[in-house]
Amino acid sequence: MKCDHCDKPAVVHEVVIRNNATHEVRLCAEHAAQRGYQVPAAPVTQLLSQFAGQIPVLAASARREPAGPVRCPGCGLAFAEFRQSGVLGCPGCYEAFMPQLGAVIERAQAGAVHHAGRVPPRMEGMADRAAMRSRLLQELDAAVAAEQYERAARLRDQLQGLGGGAS
Amino acid sequence: MQPPPVDPACGPESDVVVRSRIRLARNLAGFPFVGRASDAQRHEIMLLVTRASQGEGLAWVNMAQTSPEERQLLVERHLVSRHFADSAVPRTVGIDPGESLSVMVNEEDHLRIQTILPGLRLEEAFTRAHAFDDAVESRVDFAFSSRWGYLTACPTNVGCGLRVGVMLHLPGLRYTGEMERVKRAAKDMHLAVRGFYGEGSEAVGNLYQVSNQVTLGFSEDDLLRRFAQETVPQLVDYERSARRLLLESNRPLLEDKVHRAVATLRAARLLGAEEATKLLANVRLGICMGLLPDLTLDMVQRLMLQVQPAHLARIDPSAADEDKGRLARATMVRKALRG
Repeated sequence: MKCDHCDKPAVVHEVVIRNNATHEVRLCAEHAAQRGYQVPAAPVTQLLSQFAGQIPVLAASARREPAGPVRCPGCGLAFAEFRQSGVLGCPGCYEAFMPQLGAVIERAQAGAVHHAGRVPPRMEGMADRAAMRSRLLQELDAAVAAEQYERAARLRDQLQGLGGGAS
Repeated sequence: MQPPPVDPACGPESDVVVRSRIRLARNLAGFPFVGRASDAQRHEIMLLVTRASQGEGLAWVNMAQTSPEERQLLVERHLVSRHFADSAVPRTVGIDPGESLSVMVNEEDHLRIQTILPGLRLEEAFTRAHAFDDAVESRVDFAFSSRWGYLTACPTNVGCGLRVGVMLHLPGLRYTGEMERVKRAAKDMHLAVRGFYGEGSEAVGNLYQVSNQVTLGFSEDDLLRRFAQETVPQLVDYERSARRLLLESNRPLLEDKVHRAVATLRAARLLGAEEATKLLANVRLGICMGLLPDLTLDMVQRLMLQVQPAHLARIDPSAADEDKGRLARATMVRKALRG
């Protein structure tokens, strides 16, 4: 497809329908620019990958999981082994693999990101609930800022479960 | 339709709910999970758990000292999982005298505390499991994180570690062609729907196991309340409506399935376990629909257990051989259903 004004290949193809009549416009990059069209300088796939790269969350979920340790220092389990078996090696794996595991758990647990059930008696009255509450509040702020309202609603419910309301 | 017959031995809502099951997953702090622990550590875990359970009235069975037939018997009674029965690691199971509570040590997690009660009795089952959990936790520390809750080998159990489940008999939904729709709805509600023998198995006799999939982000009370007071009653209502519809719009089909099952069971000379389960499930339906006034639900449920291979071999040792087992099974069922 050639430009309407020269022999160069057209990069803009516009179909205008006015008064039931169809009018087609084909323009090369140079003529398109002259008429005020914004023509991408790079293929769209390249542009999308650049765009994804500028937004860390999108880039991570679209391409790969966040980087984290390859092995648990406690039991020596490789994250790749967990990927295959679905089973962790020791309680310490949760902390060790936190960057990668967080997203896996969120997916498996229908978006839940925090425990809201009972706490062992030995931990009751400790600073745990306060720490959990403060973390939930931080995550709630981040979710609202990112306009993730479903997630924000879940976090609010979890905060209410801890007592004292979300505000 | 007449209200479903109440058989006290079978528990509330037993026309649809065969049994209720609660399972808690727990791990001792300071040890690797079972799959990564050494045999020495696994033995130490067994010792610590059995010690911490003293006074709780459990009889402990060391699985290394059981025969394959005994392990099969435990699976058929739902006291241990198939995975636990087939595992090669040092492991033990504690069982209370009423067989409502069992504790598997060194299954996928260090402890799998399980209560099973007939009918819809989830709250009661939870109270029993929770009491045992509390008693053990007063003597040992469980692996716990303030963010993730009780830490489990598989992250699908993390949080409360609580699995709430029921075995449902859903022939009405199956025969009216509604089962696939129910399965899709259950999936949207994050519920797992499995067959008679657990994950990946077929729903023999239209018996389905339904349980929660999400264990994180809800309190135990919330999970239990939603499941016991919303999810299960809704499924029970659907099933009862489907049975009513079947009775009103296609009574001959229903009666044919029920009476054909009784006739086959009363006449058969050779019966496989699966065939017997399917036929007995239709007899179960007939009893619940008031079509078989001479038979009781309790008797049929006992038969459904007794036709399983290891149970049959206990009653008649010759049944350990598969062919002789088919003969022994048919003879036993004929005797029980003699009209």
